[in-house]
Amino acid sequence: MTYEFLVASAIGVLVAGAIFLALRARTFQVVLGLTLLSYAVNLFLFASGRLVLNRPPIWDKTVTEYTDPLPQALVLTAIVITFGMTAFVVILALRSFLETGSDHVDGDNVPSDDSQQEKGE
Amino acid sequence: MTVLDHLPILPVAIPALAAPLTLLAMRRYPRLAIAIAFASCAAMLACALALLVQASGGAITVYALGEWPAPFGIVLVADRLAAIMLVLAAALALIALLHAVLTGIDRKGWHFHPLFQFQLMGLNGAFLTGDLFNLFVFFEVLLIASYGLLLHGQGPARLKAGVQYVVVNLVGSSLFLIALALLYALTGTLNMADLGVRVEQIAPADQGLLRIAALLLACVFAIKAAVVPLHLWLPRTYDVATPAVAGLFAIMTKVGVYSLIRVVPQVFGDGAGAAAWAPAPFLMPAALVTAAVGFAGVFTARSLSEQASYAIIGSTGTLLIAVAGWETAMLGAALYYLVHSTIAGAALFLVADVVTRRRAGAADNCSPGPDFAGRQGVGLMFMAAAIAATGLPPLSGFIGKLLILKSVTALPDWGWAWGVILVTTLFGVIGFARAGSVIFWKVTQGDTAAAAPPRSDMIAPAIALALLAALSAGAGWATAYGDAAAAQVFDRTATARAVLGEGAP
Repeated sequence: MTYEFLVASAIGVLVAGAIFLALRARTFQVVLGLTLLSYAVNLFLFASGRLVLNRPPIWDKTVTEYTDPLPQALVLTAIVITFGMTAFVVILALRSFLETGSDHVDGDNVPSDDSQQEKGE
Repeated sequence: MTVLDHLPILPVAIPALAAPLTLLAMRRYPRLAIAIAFASCAAMLACALALLVQASGGAITVYALGEWPAPFGIVLVADRLAAIMLVLAAALALIALLHAVLTGIDRKGWHFHPLFQFQLMGLNGAFLTGDLFNLFVFFEVLLIASYGLLLHGQGPARLKAGVQYVVVNLVGSSLFLIALALLYALTGTLNMADLGVRVEQIAPADQGLLRIAALLLACVFAIKAAVVPLHLWLPRTYDVATPAVAGLFAIMTKVGVYSLIRVVPQVFGDGAGAAAWAPAPFLMPAALVTAAVGFAGVFTARSLSEQASYAIIGSTGTLLIAVAGWETAMLGAALYYLVHSTIAGAALFLVADVVTRRRAGAADNCSPGPDFAGRQGVGLMFMAAAIAATGLPPLSGFIGKLLILKSVTALPDWGWAWGVILVTTLFGVIGFARAGSVIFWKVTQGDTAAAAPPRSDMIAPAIALALLAALSAGAGWATAYGDAAAAQVFDRTATARAVLGEGAP
């Protein structure tokens, strides 16, 4: 198992989970899906500078080999932006739930999973 | 260095400074805040016009932030295309702001003016930047401001539409980042001009990845441009937004089209090997279906604002039919139509608002309602806006569609383009005629109309329509500028030389 395989499969699993969750009908799961997707994207951005071990991104007297610092800067920007966006969408989903009484993405009044289970019992 | 040297950064810097000032002034001195907002928009328009004049000779102004040279630092690039978009954005912003202030809608929340300024900052930055990652950042700036503006005025309908709009755009942003990572991994740069040079050196084995990046980017821009099948977020969002905001949002779909026009010829042009013009085969059919879906929506819409939303989708489709040919003549026609369709879309939203304010309970629904004050005047305005949106003479839509029809004859399958454009125009005409006749002619007797609001709310849509008339009158000059801008977009080497210095190939 190489380091590359580990990172690649991690990104793959995260994206698969993200797509599954983002296609769900309730806002909470969709938000979780978006969060997973942003994790995957950040890892992918980071990997675009190639995966190297034990090399600093910034200048150091004692070393001659460096890793690419730009993807790390890009990832930082992307993390900040997605964090802000996720915080916003959480608040928005919460407000939408409180005002409409439904956490459905379509905003339609569908009976929740709990009430269906109660009916079944 | 004089002020003139810093001209390209001003359209980004002015709203960035004005936004916090309006935020500070709004609570205690709302008049001062409004004055700052207007001054900022007017200054932006002046800067944009100065850039338009500066670029008219074909000069490409490159502004290196912090004096860092091009592939390493971030650059702003002001060419003809950027100047056209800046002037359009500033003019539209003034109209939308005027309508918001005159109808008092900006007082419904504290943060209308700061958000409005940040939105403009994002728009102007997206039009000016010469760096793909910077384009992503400015997209996020304009999006997060647009989320706030969309929710302005509150209400459950806006919150519901807001959740969908935010989620769709977050997914779009993620795709954008994936495409950027692919491009960076392949070329080691994100400067657009540098990318255009470096893609030619990519090994054939890696060109498949480049193709994926091209198609992902095209997908992201198609989401912003609301191209079918990625258009579903738009009607609901624009329908519920505050009308003045929806008027400004008319330019948001055009940001997607602008990005396509900017990125595809520059980065994925002839030199890109297997990825050359990768989005082209998908774009034309999508554009045809978008035009059809948009004008079908105009035909079936239940309210004026919904109709305006679908008119925006239809006009984007018509616009992309001309863009998807990737020829200078077609792109020149497309740029003229882009300016026209943005203002026409905004005019439709503003007229819908004028109707809503007068019809009280019936709002802008396409159903007979009580007689209302100024029925003839508003009806005339609606007719003019509808004529512009469908592309009938004498307004500029007719000239735009004529130019597009004439230029697409160079394509092998131009019959489809002609068929779709002509049939959708007919559908649009019938749809608008139906809505107009029901609202303005079928008056139910006995109902009491709402008290007539002051006539000042008719000023902003009238200015928008006057701009369209001016665009028709100055069509010769405008199309010449559009053709020159199109030629400049396709001249990759000239842009690369301007951005990267004389040493660039």
